[in-house]
Amino acid sequence: MKFPDLSSLSNPVRLRDLIRQIRSAKTAAEERAVVQKECAYIRDSFRDEDNTWRCRNVAKLLYVSLLGYPAHFGQLECLKLIASPRFTDKRIGYLGAMLLLDERQDIHVMITNSLKNDLNHSNQYITGLALCALGAICSPEMSRDLGDEVERLMKSSNVYLKKKAVLCAVRIIRKVPEQFDIFQNTIRSLLSEKNHGVLLTATALVTEVCQQNTQALHVFRKLVPNLVRILKNLIMSGYSPEHDVSGISDPFLQVHLLRLLRVLGRNDTEASDTMNDILAQVATNTENSKNVGNAILYETVLTIMDIKSESGLRVLAVNILGRFLLNTDKNIRYVALNTLLRVVHADQNAVQRHRATIVECLKDADVSIKRRAMELCFALINSNNIRTMISEMLEFLAICETEFKADCTSNMFLAMDRFAPSRRWHVDQMIKVLTTAGNSVRDDIVSSLISIISLTPELHGYAAHQLYKTIENDITQQPLVQVASWTLGEFGDIFVSGQYKKPENEDNFQISEEKVIRTLEHILNWSISTVITREYAINALMKLSTRFPNYTNRIQSVMAHYGCNMNLELQTRAVEYASLFTAHNDIRANIVERMPILINNQTNNGEQAEPVDGSMEQPSLIETSDDVPGTEANIFDILNDPIQTNGNLFDLDGDNHNTIPAMIALDKNGLSLTFTFERQDTTLTITSTATNSTPYNITNFVFKAAVPKTFHIELYPANSTTIPANKAGELRQEMKVSNPNREKLRMRIKLSYVLNTNSMSEEMELNAFPEQCYK
Amino acid sequence: EKQKLIEEVHALVTVRDAKHTNFVEFRNFKIVYRRYAGLYFCICVDVNDNNLAYLEAIHNFVEVLNEFFHNVCELDLVFNFYKVYSVVDEMFLAGEIRETSQIKVLKQLTTLTSLE
Repeated sequence: MKFPDLSSLSNPVRLRDLIRQIRSAKTAAEERAVVQKECAYIRDSFRDEDNTWRCRNVAKLLYVSLLGYPAHFGQLECLKLIASPRFTDKRIGYLGAMLLLDERQDIHVMITNSLKNDLNHSNQYITGLALCALGAICSPEMSRDLGDEVERLMKSSNVYLKKKAVLCAVRIIRKVPEQFDIFQNTIRSLLSEKNHGVLLTATALVTEVCQQNTQALHVFRKLVPNLVRILKNLIMSGYSPEHDVSGISDPFLQVHLLRLLRVLGRNDTEASDTMNDILAQVATNTENSKNVGNAILYETVLTIMDIKSESGLRVLAVNILGRFLLNTDKNIRYVALNTLLRVVHADQNAVQRHRATIVECLKDADVSIKRRAMELCFALINSNNIRTMISEMLEFLAICETEFKADCTSNMFLAMDRFAPSRRWHVDQMIKVLTTAGNSVRDDIVSSLISIISLTPELHGYAAHQLYKTIENDITQQPLVQVASWTLGEFGDIFVSGQYKKPENEDNFQISEEKVIRTLEHILNWSISTVITREYAINALMKLSTRFPNYTNRIQSVMAHYGCNMNLELQTRAVEYASLFTAHNDIRANIVERMPILINNQTNNGEQAEPVDGSMEQPSLIETSDDVPGTEANIFDILNDPIQTNGNLFDLDGDNHNTIPAMIALDKNGLSLTFTFERQDTTLTITSTATNSTPYNITNFVFKAAVPKTFHIELYPANSTTIPANKAGELRQEMKVSNPNREKLRMRIKLSYVLNTNSMSEEMELNAFPEQCYK
Repeated sequence: EKQKLIEEVHALVTVRDAKHTNFVEFRNFKIVYRRYAGLYFCICVDVNDNNLAYLEAIHNFVEVLNEFFHNVCELDLVFNFYKVYSVVDEMFLAGEIRETSQIKVLKQLTTLTSLE
């Protein structure tokens, strides 16, 4: 007969020994075995309701749960421990409750009663324990029940308890904001305490309250002078060894007070004024050789930035941040960069002074510092420093990590677009960017660059030249190759003829048509080119078929070859182009003639929209149209093409040139369309106002307009598509017509709308524009 | 679930060497950490809290531990984990800093241990 194991009846393993056992286990499996054996034993002893060793068992259980093993069966035991009168039991019990329970369990509600008893206990340490537990795992129900107790304790004279009670209140208010009323009165008296600990906790509580509750905010704003006084005493008064850290008196309290001041001073000029002096004092007097001082300075800077401080103070703050940047400690530099990013939109000039240091930070080893520095650099670019900044950014682009490259290139493009001193420089830099960044450039940049090139006729040959040189030897970079193929296709004839302004030192550079075609064929045939790149190349070749008349046959054979290509897109294009050679040879010239200038939705040089107020950052005003280059479209056929609408509402001020009489474009069936004009040299802005005198609403109103070849029109979205009945409202739409040749303006318009459930449409030609529109 | 959190934080923090800053973004909070020999002390705070101040708090805490355990080492923390928790409770509560004076904290702790 087997005897039961006698050793299990003896005292359970001590905590210390258990820990030793677990640590001495050599493998994970061994450790698991030890733990499981012990857990089984513990579970048994819990079931036996053994009081004596419960405490020790729960302690062991807690250790095991710290290691990650499940220990929920101990929760009930914790409750029992809490209820026991012994201090050690209570201590472990509360600890267990804090570790094993959280608000989502139902068991914790049962603690409420024990907590209530303990909160009224005579022994302050037990009360303290209870407050700790309450602070850690308080739930909304518990806070409602026990809020009064906590409030009573906040008023007690025992400092130890007071501090704990106040922080408990913080948690309660976080959970149940309405409880604030109970605490309101006591809070105010707390702030006049002398004890640092109490002050610290009280400021935390007040900060929390003010962040949640605007009404309280007003109440506490009145206390700002008191707070200022406390802070002043803190700094001035001598040496308090207890709270001293490296020679600065109670930095934690200082930081907390500053934060509270920040919360109170936000958006309030009066409070901010009171704080100005003290902030200046703290900023200048705190020594910054150690981290502690820097922490205080940082908090001061944050406060200055957030409240309505005077400009001198702001400059001071920015200077402090500048000094941070020079610090060797990378933490401080990171913190400075972060804050500068927030500040730069408001105070650009002040930050410009530190530009050189920021650029240095680009070379730091830490990724987050580099990212912040990069964003800051982009925010700081303006027309003065654009050249140097872009060259710095190019260097950075060459060495930075891949995940930055996409952002970096997009930002560089935006910056250049806004501030580029000359188009040629712009194109040059973009080519450099594309060569450096390789394949991480976003697609919209390709189309933007293309549109920029097409925008400046004098650059066409130059661009073709530069791009050809870059891809002559290396066609791995897809975006670059795409732009290059498009340019060569469009302007290859200018390039070959040499009739353009060449870059310096290259006057004798001559290129033959054959070489251009060979390059394009090479791109097309290379299997590593993406499909999109090959599409660009095939389009380009097609365009060259008219520009290089000697090579028509060669190009035709290429098309024929690709008519059997596996890729659907390429095959379609090749087949269509091949038919252009044979069946439709007569219109081939028209179809592939030079594209008109693509108008993008951009702000041109010299016409930057001013920031609305200092604190707003200008989001990218540039949206590229979704024109896919390569669609050969007959310009006058705009009526069937999608309208080039853009989201940017250029709000022309309409007062200056209103000497042109308005014109009634259409007045039919109750719908009346009036044009008002404004003219600036060769650009005419027409505002079309539509009113409806019928008793029914007009809905789905769409307006299209087209102009002859020598003009160019741009249509902006209307303010709505519905015209209310009985002239109750009107529909406004703007359009811009550019008339470089000052010819007589003609326009064909097409309307479609729904009136009283009938679909109507109108089409007419307008010839009777006032002379002032175009003379 | 707690375990998963611990693993995540561990993965984030241990890969960073001395060249990195002591702050790292985590979910929508920030982790401020400091390395002492083989241990990382991490505090999770909101994004708009003062990083440097919490670094100081960590240091304060470690100094108290040092005093309490008389030249603390990792084993001390492991074997006396419940005492460590009581130190935490003395200095931090409800997510805020409670007491910063090391002398006071140590006095409280000695009284507490004498009650056991």
